Amino acid sequence: MDGVAPTVQQANKDLLRFLTCGSVDDGKSTLIGRLLHDSKQIFDDQLSELTRESTRRGATGDEVDLSLLVDGLEAEREQGITIDVAYRFFSTPKRSFIVADTPGHEQYTRNMATGASKADLAILLIDARKGVLLQTQRHSLICSLLGLRHVVIAVNKIDLVSYQANVFERIVVEYRAFASELGFSSIMAIPVSARDGDNVTRRSDHTPWYRGPTLLDYLETVDSDSETNEEPFRFPVQWVNRSTPDFRGYAGTVVSGHIKAGDPVTVAASGQSSRVKELLTYEGPQPSAETGDAITITLADEIDIARGDLLVGPILGPEVSDQFAAHIIWMSNQALIPGRSYLARIGTKTTPITVTGIKYKIDVNTREHLATHTLGLNDIAFCNLATAAPVAFDPYEQNRKTGSFILIDRLSNHTVGAGMIAFGLRRGTNLHRQATLIGKAERAAQKHQKPAIVWLTGLSGAGKSTIANIAERQLHAAGHHTMLLDGDNVRLGLNRDLGFTEADRVENIRRAGEVAKLLADSGLIVLCCFISPYAADREMLRRLVPDGEFIEVFVDTPIDECARRDPKGLYAKAKAGKIKNFTGFDAPYEAPANPEIHLHTTGQQAEQLAERLTAKLAELGIIR
Amino acid sequence: MDISVLQTQGTQRGLPKHLRGLEAESIEIMREVIAEFKKPVMLYSIGKDSSVMLHLAIKAFHPAKLPLPLLHVDTTWKFREMIAFRDETARRLGIDLLVHTNQDGVARGIGPVASGSSVHTQVMKTEALKQALDLHGFDAAFGGARRDEEKSRAKERIFSFRSQGHVWDPRNQRPELWNLFNTRIRPGETIRVFPLSNWTELDIWLYIMLENIPVVPLYFAKQRPVVRRNGAWIMVDDDRFPLEADERPESRLVRFRTLGCYPLTAAVESDAVTLEDIVSEMRSTRVSERQGRLIDSDEAASMEKKKREGYF
Repeated sequence: MDGVAPTVQQANKDLLRFLTCGSVDDGKSTLIGRLLHDSKQIFDDQLSELTRESTRRGATGDEVDLSLLVDGLEAEREQGITIDVAYRFFSTPKRSFIVADTPGHEQYTRNMATGASKADLAILLIDARKGVLLQTQRHSLICSLLGLRHVVIAVNKIDLVSYQANVFERIVVEYRAFASELGFSSIMAIPVSARDGDNVTRRSDHTPWYRGPTLLDYLETVDSDSETNEEPFRFPVQWVNRSTPDFRGYAGTVVSGHIKAGDPVTVAASGQSSRVKELLTYEGPQPSAETGDAITITLADEIDIARGDLLVGPILGPEVSDQFAAHIIWMSNQALIPGRSYLARIGTKTTPITVTGIKYKIDVNTREHLATHTLGLNDIAFCNLATAAPVAFDPYEQNRKTGSFILIDRLSNHTVGAGMIAFGLRRGTNLHRQATLIGKAERAAQKHQKPAIVWLTGLSGAGKSTIANIAERQLHAAGHHTMLLDGDNVRLGLNRDLGFTEADRVENIRRAGEVAKLLADSGLIVLCCFISPYAADREMLRRLVPDGEFIEVFVDTPIDECARRDPKGLYAKAKAGKIKNFTGFDAPYEAPANPEIHLHTTGQQAEQLAERLTAKLAELGIIR
Repeated sequence: MDISVLQTQGTQRGLPKHLRGLEAESIEIMREVIAEFKKPVMLYSIGKDSSVMLHLAIKAFHPAKLPLPLLHVDTTWKFREMIAFRDETARRLGIDLLVHTNQDGVARGIGPVASGSSVHTQVMKTEALKQALDLHGFDAAFGGARRDEEKSRAKERIFSFRSQGHVWDPRNQRPELWNLFNTRIRPGETIRVFPLSNWTELDIWLYIMLENIPVVPLYFAKQRPVVRRNGAWIMVDDDRFPLEADERPESRLVRFRTLGCYPLTAAVESDAVTLEDIVSEMRSTRVSERQGRLIDSDEAASMEKKKREGYF
């Protein structure tokens, strides 16, 4: 019985989230294993399994490989490296800890950034024999960008340099010089041996020259103050609770500041205001709520609020803009292409977003700013971005919860990037969409048809233009109002500033899509012939117009057949190496997975294919 | 300090800071799923973690009724007290409870005694779970797994992506930054969601104690009929349990730290008869809770292998 009350009190102590990072083999997993082991978090059965596995993997005598405690995946234990983030928990009488053990390999940098995104402090391991490495610098930069304030330099394997003070000091001086511009509020350096435990949880007899705290002492006492009650109130609406027809509760978590019943609140994007009627939890109405509380807010007035809205207090409001500048860490093997449409998740809002320009990429070695057109895996860059609709945010430096976002690929749904907003861009603020009195529906009704974008995609020489021309003639003869946009024609005018790199192709399709959308707005059936090789871009086109108005037509001709026809002589030139980035040769073509209309052209006449196209349009209800 | 004082303070306001933070995080995760998915379900395994998860869900959606069903995958080898507790819980809370059993497995006579633990787990748990998810077309499923349970679980995301066929590929999980969860999936793909990821076993028991959450009586010490096998106490729950020639069930004061299928879950000797006793015992124990799960040590890294196949 007497054991319980202290346990409950212990649960009242505060929590420090930290990560371990640094280069491969610097001993991150071993250090965590040591912390877990020495703070008695390892149970006897886990320890005996560890001893068995250590022996099996070649450890000698009664030595145990502590890294096996955290490298939880079979592939990790086989290769002896950390691939993914592991989260471990331990506590001492003074504090609770959540540790993210992150990989050191450059190819898994994104997993390191993941661990850093939620941490208050980073332990950066440096192998005493190797000193500050490129990966040490990369991880420091990421920690700085992700807003960590405290860094501990654990100079590990100090036993392997005979516990020499001058080796330690040389590394510390070098690191401090490197990190001086990274904006950390504290840098603590500790000489340790994770394997033997020196200065991890107990003072080492081998380093009498070191007078600072042990690592655990430091972790127990460092200022973990992530108290954000003083910050302005921010509440992203997560879910609208409609338990009865006349109840509307806005469920979410207070991400900063605090709120009381009766306080005024404003919906950031729309500017509509009301007062807090009740702050509901399961336990009943609460007088107030603080940062971190999950609550349900009811308001005095009925105003329009949905998931994705940000409720804020009356002072120190967030920025609201559809354009902003942000640091981006790119996490995908597929390059980031400016102009391509991605989805951004900001707070509880999901919105289409494009990178409108990459201002510069950061060289991790020198922190130089480099010009670039695209970003590859693990690149870090400063970019301008534009969202489809205005969003509310704070600079990341001021608020990690309302200043962060992730980028999602619209096709694969992978998380491909992480962003930290620096500041809003004012360019968009004086532009307002003007509502027109006559809309698309009225224009189309006058023409007795449904507007649509009929988008023909396929390889060069597949027959897109030929089929579209015949189909347009048939539609025209039947009394339909049409327009035909042809890739080559558009490139000779509107898009003559664009080439054939991936980035330029994306922009080519983006502009063509916007033109097609304007034409469809005028009530027309718009036939478009573009190679449009990237599935993501065609997906972007589909989202430009309401459901059912974008008809993807895959003109499916095998490349050998296209090359045989070669109407423009381009395949011959490509074969001769006279054209670069030619689709099907040295540039990819991503065939549509589920086109509305799939035309296999082999052995077919263009007339028949055009008839099949118009018949399908009738089937889809576009024409009668 | 008097325990009864702690319990009357055991409302949200009275919870220790650390538990209050964990509770809020779990609630946020649950609301995220309701807001983003078309057809979510909550896996309910009747154990202590499921009890906490259910309690948190009721809080998360209050004052609305629980907006999703519970699903229990019944291997037909659960302790009788577990099934009684399950039905009583559903009745008491007025919850939509789905129970699924792999009938094909039953027809083939699969069971832990006849087929061995590995085949039993594969057919009656993993396959059964996949059947039930497919049958109802669930696109997100809550599970009560915690990262501190096992080392491959420590690698798990909160939103764990499963490709078609419910396959978990640890190399192809989405980076999970801040609290910005990527909930987007294509048809046929699903997400397993673990709202208790950051809770430890001790957190669970403290929370159960402070919130007065009902749990299966098997967690409390009592005289029960057991036999000693491979160094573990196995409870004789019904006559399907074949005794060896020299085995005679004896009565011992035992309790369960973890609950699974009955011949696969070992009891521990204990005199913990109250929640307070359990918390005290937790603080001094030197063995992990999964020690009682005989299925985990079948083969090296077996949890990871089971998870790849679609296990929770």
